[in-house]
Amino acid sequence: MPEWRRRDFLRTLGGGLLVMLSAEYDVAGQESGGGRRGEHDLPSDVAAWLHIGRDGKITAFTGKVEVGQNIRTSLTQAVADELRVPPSVVTLVMGDTALVPWDMGTFGSRTTPTMAPEMRKMAAAARDTLISTAATQWSVPKEHLHAKDGFVANGDIKRRASYGDLAAKVDWVNVIGNADLVTPPTHWEVAGTDLPKINAREMVTGKHKYVSDLKLPGMLYGRVLRGPSQGSKLISVDTSAAAKMAGVVVVRDGEFVGVAAGDERTAEKALASMEAKWEEKPPANYKYVVEKFHSLGSESVQASYQVAYIAHVPLEPRAAVAQWNNGKLVVSTGTQRPFGVRSELAGVFGLPETDIHVLMPDTGSGYGGKHSGECAIEAARLAKAAGKAVKLIWTREEEFTWAYLRPEGVIDVTSSVDAGGKLASWQFVNRYSGPAGLKTPYDVDEGRKIERFEEREPPLREGSYRGLASTANHFARESHLDEMAAKIGVDPLAFRLNNLKNERLRAVLVAATERFRWSKQKATASRGFGLACGFDKGGHIACCVEVAMSASREVKVERVVAAWDCGAIVNPNHLKNQVEGAIVMGLGGALFEEIEHTDGRIHNPRLSQYRVPRFTDVPKIEVILIDRKDVPSAGAGETPIVGIAPAIANAIFSATGLRIRAMPLLPALARA
Amino acid sequence: MDLSINGRRCAIQSDPERPLLWVLRNELDLTGAKYGCGEGQCGACTVLVDGVAHRSCITPVYTVAGREITTVEGLADGERLHPVQQAFIDCDAMQCGYCTCGMVLAAVALLRKTPMPSDAEIKQKLDGNLCRCGTYNRIVEAVHKAAGVIQASNREAQHA
Repeated sequence: MPEWRRRDFLRTLGGGLLVMLSAEYDVAGQESGGGRRGEHDLPSDVAAWLHIGRDGKITAFTGKVEVGQNIRTSLTQAVADELRVPPSVVTLVMGDTALVPWDMGTFGSRTTPTMAPEMRKMAAAARDTLISTAATQWSVPKEHLHAKDGFVANGDIKRRASYGDLAAKVDWVNVIGNADLVTPPTHWEVAGTDLPKINAREMVTGKHKYVSDLKLPGMLYGRVLRGPSQGSKLISVDTSAAAKMAGVVVVRDGEFVGVAAGDERTAEKALASMEAKWEEKPPANYKYVVEKFHSLGSESVQASYQVAYIAHVPLEPRAAVAQWNNGKLVVSTGTQRPFGVRSELAGVFGLPETDIHVLMPDTGSGYGGKHSGECAIEAARLAKAAGKAVKLIWTREEEFTWAYLRPEGVIDVTSSVDAGGKLASWQFVNRYSGPAGLKTPYDVDEGRKIERFEEREPPLREGSYRGLASTANHFARESHLDEMAAKIGVDPLAFRLNNLKNERLRAVLVAATERFRWSKQKATASRGFGLACGFDKGGHIACCVEVAMSASREVKVERVVAAWDCGAIVNPNHLKNQVEGAIVMGLGGALFEEIEHTDGRIHNPRLSQYRVPRFTDVPKIEVILIDRKDVPSAGAGETPIVGIAPAIANAIFSATGLRIRAMPLLPALARA
Repeated sequence: MDLSINGRRCAIQSDPERPLLWVLRNELDLTGAKYGCGEGQCGACTVLVDGVAHRSCITPVYTVAGREITTVEGLADGERLHPVQQAFIDCDAMQCGYCTCGMVLAAVALLRKTPMPSDAEIKQKLDGNLCRCGTYNRIVEAVHKAAGVIQASNREAQHA
């Protein structure tokens, strides 16, 4: 792969000289890791973020990456909106550490609330500067000019100049992004519409090259030796048979043992020929003590809820293609943190970050599961030893076993209500799974509320996941709310509304339950109805579900109605798609997904053993979007996942009277 | 070994037991077929063999010698997309797109056998193809849409 530097890149775009030089200076400033801006401050000048070519083509640069959440499309909409151009003239360069401003990573639903405004600031300043430049050139007041479709025009004297010609006259490094010039949602023209996925055509034709599809001249295919369990130590390994195979490079570097060969089959055979001895170190078992709870109201409920370890199962497993050129490293890898991976590589190989170039082509999903750079590091080790480019694609089994998992956890909740059905006290302790979404949105006096997260040294490698622990905490909270409602004989919707002042959450709850005809639904032994709601990271979700129950306790989720509000809507169709996708993904963790493990060994690391949602599992899903143009847009990749599990648990309860307090629900229901 | 892929013949040298998926991807640069699981569980590697959907990750290459293999790269008619491909775009029936090539081919095979499938038939026939992003309902909609387009163009062809 060519080692792009930003100057070469811009030359291919036909940029003006000033822009090229200033952009080069800019990137050098960031890549020092310190420099004139201090560590990792976002650059404030337009040159770092935007390039307007002589031909009027606009290139925008962002460290965010595309993993299916469709931000390539939504950020393009933001830039096109501010520059008053059709989105087709805007190209986004994403996640390429040599070309884009430093970025922490694509996670936490941050792109829409933070990156989109940043890029709008830059594009708005660029628009304003193009207008000023024309105004100066024509000696007319700025107010008489407007920018549209690639031209700044003067309506009075019928004069116009192209963005490309004007841009060449501007020293963009001195143009600073300006939030005051940003277009409010009420005046959006490109954002707020259903722009189709930018590179959908490449996806349906197979032309898009994911990392696992890349091929370099002379490239070898790698495989890595793995132990039987997490934490196992390599005692000895005999690689002599592999070393004798034609065209096989064996790499041993401390604990790391791998092979590279001219084709994937030879690499696999070479790996299989190795005999290794491992020492396993089972992780400590943890016991937790249920603490004493106190209740203040007239009725109280105490219950404990559990969630299991689950895996992200991105359909494209971790993959990396690494190549060394004169001591410098270029790696393409599917990661949500290209700059983070660059740091990891710098640490492992003792290189300055300026000698490492990480590229991130649009990748086959992440869901919070691709933050780490282990595959990139392994590919780089193999490539270094082989003296050739190496591609490494983790097998599905490796992805299950050696990536990281969404944590398991236990959540203890005790609550009480007063005679008026108002929550009088609330104790909520999440052990091990995480603090996201821990805080209750329901009205409880601060002095009568305890909300806490307790950490531990985990038995398995764990990390981020779509929504993090918000799913676990909403499962516990929203199940618990239903338990209390049942105990005092109040309808679950009425009980929530009686305890909820948050207007936006009330609005989604009302919207979903009205569409669902909640008040008309009557549960029977074979049909249950449940609801749940929640908010996190600026997103508000309410979910109603209808389940069919068989006599043998089989559960079929038949219908979901979800209402969602995350502020001003950027792309309604893509937003719906995200909400639907989150519900489908959440259905798996709710019903059947579970990593089986003992002593650091994963027992079901294959798709034939670990069930994920398929076509026949998926219910009818209706999504109601609430467009709040008066509220800044929040992200939507995560929080729509939190409502489905408790809504299903509550629906099962309504049909059977059985309260299932563990996710996944199906095995727990079978045991109940 | 002689393979016939997307209407072209090509001679390859390969271990006959090697899965078709890796021959396509690593020898012939046809990377539309994806690796997802290696055990025929996810459908990302789907290709057509004599018009029928096959899991190329568990198909030894020798078993398809001399048969007509279609990969996603061979589906469009020049710049004109196959109706199923177009319907996937129109229905926004993807997110990350990694499952899409396999889904499209599985849907093409389904429509060949069942030109106007019901929801239940689509879900049943495509159940072996995973979309982790969860765009299943949109894919069902896309298959219906493509079915309508194909039927309409067949009708036109008959009247022409």
